[in-house]
Amino acid sequence: MTIAQSDASRPQRAARLRRVALRPDILTVLPSGLVLIVFVYGFILWSFVLSLTSSRIAPVYDFVGLQQYALLWANDRWIQSLLNLATFGIVFVTMATLVGLVQAVFIDQKIRAEGVIRTIYLYPMAISFIVTGTAWKWMLNPSLGLERLVRSWGWESFRFDWIVNPDMAIYTLAIAAIWQSSGFSMAIFLAALRGIDGEIIKAARIDGATTWQTFRSIILPLLRPAFFTAIIVQVALALRCFDLMVAMTGGGPGFASDLPTNFFYQFAFGRSRLGFAAASGIMIFVMVLAVMLPFIIWELRHERRRER
Amino acid sequence: MLHIASIEKSFGAVQVLKKIDLEARQGEFLVLLGPSGCGKSTLLGIISGLESASSGDIIIDRQVVTDLEPKDRDIAMVFQSYALYPSMTVAENLRFGMKVRGVPREKQATAVAEVSRILHLEDLLDRKPAQLSGGQRQRVAMGRALVRHPKIFLFDEPLSNLDAQLRVEMRTELKKLHQRLNATIVYVTHDQVEAMTLATKVAVMNGGVLQQVGLPQEIYDRPSNTFVARFIGSPPMNLLPGVITDVSGMSGVRLGEADEATTLVTARSSAAAGVAAGTSVLLGVRPEAIQHEQDLAATRTNVIEVAIDIIEPTGSDQLAFFRIGGQEALARLKPQSCSPSDRLALRFPPEKLLLFDASSGALLV
Amino acid sequence: MSVAVSADIPKLKSATAARRSKLVGRILTYGVLGFFILFYLLPLVVMILTSFKTMHDIETGTVLSLPNPPTIEPWTTAWSKACIGVECVGLHSFYRNTVIMAVPAVGISTLIGALNGYALTQLQFPYPRAVFGTILLGAFTPYQAVLIPLAKTLGHIGLAGSLAGLALVHSIYGIPFTTAFARSFFLSVPPELTKAAKVDGAGFFRIFVSIMLPISTPILVVSVIYQFTNIWNDFLFGAALTYGSQAPVMVALNNIVNTSTGERPYNVHMAAAILAALPTLVLYVFAGKYFIRGLTMGSVKG
Repeated sequence: MTIAQSDASRPQRAARLRRVALRPDILTVLPSGLVLIVFVYGFILWSFVLSLTSSRIAPVYDFVGLQQYALLWANDRWIQSLLNLATFGIVFVTMATLVGLVQAVFIDQKIRAEGVIRTIYLYPMAISFIVTGTAWKWMLNPSLGLERLVRSWGWESFRFDWIVNPDMAIYTLAIAAIWQSSGFSMAIFLAALRGIDGEIIKAARIDGATTWQTFRSIILPLLRPAFFTAIIVQVALALRCFDLMVAMTGGGPGFASDLPTNFFYQFAFGRSRLGFAAASGIMIFVMVLAVMLPFIIWELRHERRRER
Repeated sequence: MLHIASIEKSFGAVQVLKKIDLEARQGEFLVLLGPSGCGKSTLLGIISGLESASSGDIIIDRQVVTDLEPKDRDIAMVFQSYALYPSMTVAENLRFGMKVRGVPREKQATAVAEVSRILHLEDLLDRKPAQLSGGQRQRVAMGRALVRHPKIFLFDEPLSNLDAQLRVEMRTELKKLHQRLNATIVYVTHDQVEAMTLATKVAVMNGGVLQQVGLPQEIYDRPSNTFVARFIGSPPMNLLPGVITDVSGMSGVRLGEADEATTLVTARSSAAAGVAAGTSVLLGVRPEAIQHEQDLAATRTNVIEVAIDIIEPTGSDQLAFFRIGGQEALARLKPQSCSPSDRLALRFPPEKLLLFDASSGALLV
Repeated sequence: MSVAVSADIPKLKSATAARRSKLVGRILTYGVLGFFILFYLLPLVVMILTSFKTMHDIETGTVLSLPNPPTIEPWTTAWSKACIGVECVGLHSFYRNTVIMAVPAVGISTLIGALNGYALTQLQFPYPRAVFGTILLGAFTPYQAVLIPLAKTLGHIGLAGSLAGLALVHSIYGIPFTTAFARSFFLSVPPELTKAAKVDGAGFFRIFVSIMLPISTPILVVSVIYQFTNIWNDFLFGAALTYGSQAPVMVALNNIVNTSTGERPYNVHMAAAILAALPTLVLYVFAGKYFIRGLTMGSVKG
């Protein structure tokens, strides 16, 4: 019996390479990968290319450099929408995170009927933003909504016409968004709180720390990753806000609650200024990327560290 | 039956297996023994075909199988975690491989019946893995392997997940199965007791290199280096650093310095090749080889009086820690031989003393 | 944390004082939680009440007053007569549209995601994390960056304005999410299961169908629920890529609510909104825990 040649000869290596390429697992993921490369990365590139053209109703590939961007940043409505986005984003993310944290802390207090409470806190997330917007638009109706309700309780001079008030309209969006999405941060914080080793708390109690001290010095720092996750995801949500605004205020009164996503939509599908709209779309993409990319990299690297 | 020919395996820059050459005859129970990370599971993976070697060949029954898929190598494998298919019943688990290969239903049924009889699985056939105990799952895993009637059985630490008592039971079951089927088995474990009790041939591995291959008793009596010496046998062999001296024509070892010095004579002649007086060596003596010298009148060689530090009674023995030549050593004595702080006469039979090179750890013959 | 010095140890409270502070704590806890319960339920209650009122009742009552007299006419109108733009056909055909569109989209994206998740974790895929990261980024893209090319492409392949086109779009953009769910599940499946099956002779698809799919029911449910909710609730894709009678339900709802002229029938609007929200709400009530698992898994991996 002869023992075969032990070194991997060239034809053997070529055969092995071919086997790798035709592996069923690679062939399975390939279509998804290719499709996404086209529909995500390809289209983003395409949008970027469009934003460098003067396309209006139809795409025209005449490169005009950054002209559309210049027009964009000189556009008052665009600036206004960004300011609105900032206001909305800050109020929404801050309040939704806080509300979620408070809810999580109290739910974690070994209460009865926790399941029911959690179900109630989270059901708004199952509803479409259009439905939410419709409901809140009705509730905030200046003459027939909450204003009238509170007045009927005796507080005659109560005013709650924010939704038609140019200065306050954006906050109505924030309220509705908080109602819809604060359940998410609650879920994140609750999971994080439950993951804290109870013995640390016991050790703190033996050391004599008050509840507040324990919370501030021990629990809060341990919640940092949860804060991070909740904030990042909510910022991404705020950047994407479109349906809610369409249903609730339509961007109004005037452009008081207009958002970049609406700006894009109107110029792309209403006013038929494709190049201009594409520029605004790319700007939105850049904003989201600036927030999400570090997050994904951090998450995946964290996972690799956890695996080790 | 099985030839492992110059197998090497690297993961990137790390070489995990370094030129492994090994054989197993038909009916052999070959145990790959070593600590975690020594490469034994990787080698098993290469034999099975689940992993590919960087170079070298695997030959099964005179056929080179190196480039073949596991299913074409006529092997069967039992995993540490049993890896039973969770959504299938025991019977379906046993039949799965045959179904894949297109074996006709009647033959499937016969095979399942036969295997269930051998492994006492008849009552479990309709249960799912989640409803079985650890030992039962282990038997089903073995049944799944048995049903293939393979040329070689591969076991990857199959008993590690069982509790101590069950492990002893299953070990005996495995041995019976081996004898009954005259199967060729390659078995991976880090437990040297399993290796000693089950193997017809043991291959000790460390750091991707074969340390020693031989019969269990050979490896126990004449380990080829200090790694094997300490890995086999529990409690481990005493390895005492010392210096070669000549004692009436025989190699002796002086342990310790000045007034702590003690010299023990070995059964090795001074004239034997290799080691001159003054060379540093490690003296190896197993705890169970050290005897309690009761008859002080008969002056035998290597009887030393020592002070006992600590004793650990194990029920069947008494482990006595003592100092010799300024170093701590361990002896396995009969129960109640001594108490702490006793002075005791211990004999170190010369024929049981082994010499190892102090730097390389290799056995000096 | 430093060990407290004896002088810092708070005075031992008496038993009753301790009990009292615990009671205060309980009151605070349930008070806060109760407040939020009201907060979350208020809009739903208002919607339900309003949907059973006549317009006269709405104009003379408050949002929390009971319907007097109660009527189901807003519901029947919403279902079959509400006006969407110029057509007054109610919500029901758009309901059907969305179901026809959503079922294949959910099925396709869930299945492909499951296959991807399995392939990336069980079989020593080359550079699995990089490939997965590339796929995952697709989940975070704002659709504004791809919408114009998307619309143009659908036009080129003849699917513009159609439900089939919408289904295709939802399938594609759902893949990153379903892949993420499946991957996080299959990461916890021991690789020895796949090895045992390989030794038994099973190939890639056999292992997937006979062994992996049967044990992955929990994650498949999460995937289906998440996808269905997202697709049913979508507005942006529906508004941009379909029109007229081919629109999905949320586009129709928005049209009912925002394009009425003259006196707005709030009761019909509310009935329509509830009708539109019903499927995902019911799904949530019955399979809520899977929903929540999907939520938290979508962003906190592992």
